[in-house]
Amino acid sequence: MSVLRPPMQPNDHVRGPPDAPITLVEYGDFECPYCAAAHSQVRLVEQRFATQLRFAFRHFPLTQVHPLAEPAAEAAEVAGAHGHFWEMHDGLYENRKDFGASLFLALAEQLGIAESELSAALAARKYAPKIQSDFLSGVRSGVNGTPTFFINGVRHDQGYQFEELAGAIEASL
Amino acid sequence: MSQILAPGTQAPDFTLGVTPDQPVSLRDFRGKPVILAFYPADWSPVCGDQMALYNEILPEFHRRGAELLGISVDGVWCHEAFAAHRHLHFPLLADFEPKGAVAKSYGAYRNGEGVCERALFVIDRNGAIFWSYCSPIAVNPGADGILDALERMTAKSPA
Repeated sequence: MSVLRPPMQPNDHVRGPPDAPITLVEYGDFECPYCAAAHSQVRLVEQRFATQLRFAFRHFPLTQVHPLAEPAAEAAEVAGAHGHFWEMHDGLYENRKDFGASLFLALAEQLGIAESELSAALAARKYAPKIQSDFLSGVRSGVNGTPTFFINGVRHDQGYQFEELAGAIEASL
Repeated sequence: MSQILAPGTQAPDFTLGVTPDQPVSLRDFRGKPVILAFYPADWSPVCGDQMALYNEILPEFHRRGAELLGISVDGVWCHEAFAAHRHLHFPLLADFEPKGAVAKSYGAYRNGEGVCERALFVIDRNGAIFWSYCSPIAVNPGADGILDALERMTAKSPA
């Protein structure tokens, strides 16, 4: 059985109550079309379980097939440094048709982040250590493609449709 | 599910085509750990694809001194196109003629469907199977089991 290694960390991006009985972790890639499709399903799951659930996101950029996955992850981390990780995360997945460098800049601008700051972070790969650390934790946890979900630390081997995620979560409540 | 070869068994040697004019033998890798990843077919959906995933993780295998070989019953031309399309940086072996013979020798062939199981073998420096695992065909096994096995192997007999 593949389990989340390491378990939840202080530097994980989390939304929802810290004491929620369910922790849903996603390993995702911002350029992955399946992750974008899963995003709307995760939003439904978050609504359905409300305060019973906290949701965490770890980066798993498939850089060999998705050349902009790493820059998108960097952009999310830059936003995260301003306390806006989730706005960037949602914006990247919800504007799939515009996905690209200009979307990163437009979302950053909406969040009040200077273009120069974003460009400098992307050029320097400022947050590469955090992104790589997420990726390696995914490898050790048995991530088997993107998206991969863990429910209370155990890999979810069914699909990412609302019914499949919600059913598995009900079963662990 | 097939009964795959168990740890402790000597890994059957083989010679298979990697490209239209290049064969590879298991014995060429003696002295290094080898990961054999049997998989059903080239061209499964991109992001959940086991070979694309292992391609991303390749530096972690190499860091532990191991070589990765993918094996399916697809032919060399098919492998060549697939590897180029997905930018794969490790060899894909064609268990094509006689079809599935190597997979059969490892107990990793599905007779009904005529494809390889999703079976993993970690082979030690002396050519013995150190760890093996057969995943349900629809479940990509990830790489955690492989990395755990490589680390246990190194702890047991440091290079």
